[in-house]
Amino acid sequence: MIWNEELETLPREELQALQLKRLMATADRVYATVPFYKKKFDEAGIQPADIKSLKDLQRLPFTTKTDLRDHYPFGLFAVPMEQVVRIHASSGTTGKQTVVGYTRQDIDTWAELMARSLAAAGAQKNDIIQNAYGYGLFTGGLGVHYGAEKLGAAVIPISGGNSKRQIIIMQDFGSTVLTCTPSYALFLAETAEEMGVDIKQLKLRVGIFGAEPWSEKMREEIERKLNLQAIDIYGLSEVIGPGVSIECLEAKQGLHVFEDHFIPEIINPQTGAMLPYGEKGELVFTTITKEAFPLIRYRTRDISVLYAQPCKCGRTHVRMERVSGRSDDMLIIRGVNVFPSQIESVLMNIEGVEPHYLLIVDRKGNLDTLEVQVEVNEKVFSDEIKNLQVITRKIENDIKDLLGVTAEVKLVEPKSIQRSEGKAQRVIDKRKI
Amino acid sequence: MKVEQMSVFLENKPGALAEVTRILGEAGVNIRALSLADTKDFGILRLIVNDNEKAKEALGPKGFTVRKTEVVAVEVPDRPGGLADILKILAEARINVEYLYAFVQQSGENAIIIFRFDETDRAIAVLAEKKVRILEGEKVYAL
Ligand SMILES: [Zn+2]
Repeated sequence: MIWNEELETLPREELQALQLKRLMATADRVYATVPFYKKKFDEAGIQPADIKSLKDLQRLPFTTKTDLRDHYPFGLFAVPMEQVVRIHASSGTTGKQTVVGYTRQDIDTWAELMARSLAAAGAQKNDIIQNAYGYGLFTGGLGVHYGAEKLGAAVIPISGGNSKRQIIIMQDFGSTVLTCTPSYALFLAETAEEMGVDIKQLKLRVGIFGAEPWSEKMREEIERKLNLQAIDIYGLSEVIGPGVSIECLEAKQGLHVFEDHFIPEIINPQTGAMLPYGEKGELVFTTITKEAFPLIRYRTRDISVLYAQPCKCGRTHVRMERVSGRSDDMLIIRGVNVFPSQIESVLMNIEGVEPHYLLIVDRKGNLDTLEVQVEVNEKVFSDEIKNLQVITRKIENDIKDLLGVTAEVKLVEPKSIQRSEGKAQRVIDKRKI
Repeated sequence: MKVEQMSVFLENKPGALAEVTRILGEAGVNIRALSLADTKDFGILRLIVNDNEKAKEALGPKGFTVRKTEVVAVEVPDRPGGLADILKILAEARINVEYLYAFVQQSGENAIIIFRFDETDRAIAVLAEKKVRILEGEKVYAL
């Protein structure tokens, strides 16, 4: 179902005219109200009045996560605090958190976008939405919550954790929609299994998963184990929270970006040059309706591709490919862009191999070398050398096929790859350039 | 008629083999036979021990990947051509020997060779038919 038929299926020329109008208004406003943007615009030699077409967006300066941190906590707010009705913050794994604010209108906009998202995933008024995203400073919980209420569905604000209770409520309340991170969805499936609950007896129909990277393989696993349609949702608190883009149930291929509120771009992460549709690069967003925390050309560090081919669902908004990595993690090996997440997906697609790996990049003579260390486990281990060699050759071939780089795969003992708190170190770059 | 063999994955780094034997020694596990197959990157240590469960319990928590495989312990007459006769029987039956290694101890006058076949059950049947002596697992672990 399309929640906002008019705006979500707006012909592209009209959509672009609306974007331009809103971009010009946003540029005017940030220049007048946020000293940071005035300074950046002035340094770049551009005035809001210079923006005459969407192409002029390229002339505006980028905003980075560092800029946000430098103005911690409220330095980039474009309205006085009396107009702010909500504050969220992103979980800062390194350094300070980034803090974002919302006016009443921003909250309404966000609820509208989340209602659109839920509808795109197939949720309706009569659904019971079990919202297992965390409620709190994190935008996931409240974002889904307001959208569900706007849609008119019944939302269960259960938040994350307490997995056994999640399963009991799923059974007793007859939840039809589950919203949480994809890894938590898998965990819930395991919990149900341990509790002896037959998933087929549950009423779950749709799952809307996001807030962390996942793969097509993981989608298959979740759909099989939870007996539902798994839909990818994307968002980041800096831009608004969940509801920046979502897959439609009809195509399940690429996430429609709500372009009447955000202008997406793909840039070359090295040069900053804007790339055409179809090319892979870093996602950049400009918000064009937000009041409290507008963002101009915010560099997400997420790697994706935009494409404008018409979608069978009828929406005219461009789609972004599922995020395939972070530009911070990108390695250039013999001129080829390599993301650790791509190696991970190769490993996940080989039966029995677990995605525990370490990439070691080095330079021998003038040639970059890539060694991929993969942990052996009991599933792939054999008492015969040739069987293990078959696996290493298979991984090497798949990497070559998918990424176009030659890698040397080395099997290592399990747990020999260092795991730091939650986040594993995946890359050691020994090149001295 | 089969013997359980433990295989352990080893990285090619100094001390890896020593560590396995040390861990087994401390757990009171006796190694009856052993062979190490290696490539430039990794090795596979194959072991016949007196107590497989104890060995696995000792190695698992230390992060070693262990796998059990069924092999066959064959008594080979300790005379010239003793092994060749057995290999001939197997070749005629078109049974592949994946690898083999010798036992340290003897069984009376005879040597003991550990065989890994591609078709273990058929190999046992073929050898038995030719009156080749095969040792029971229990006897091998206790040697
Ligand atoms: Zn669509």
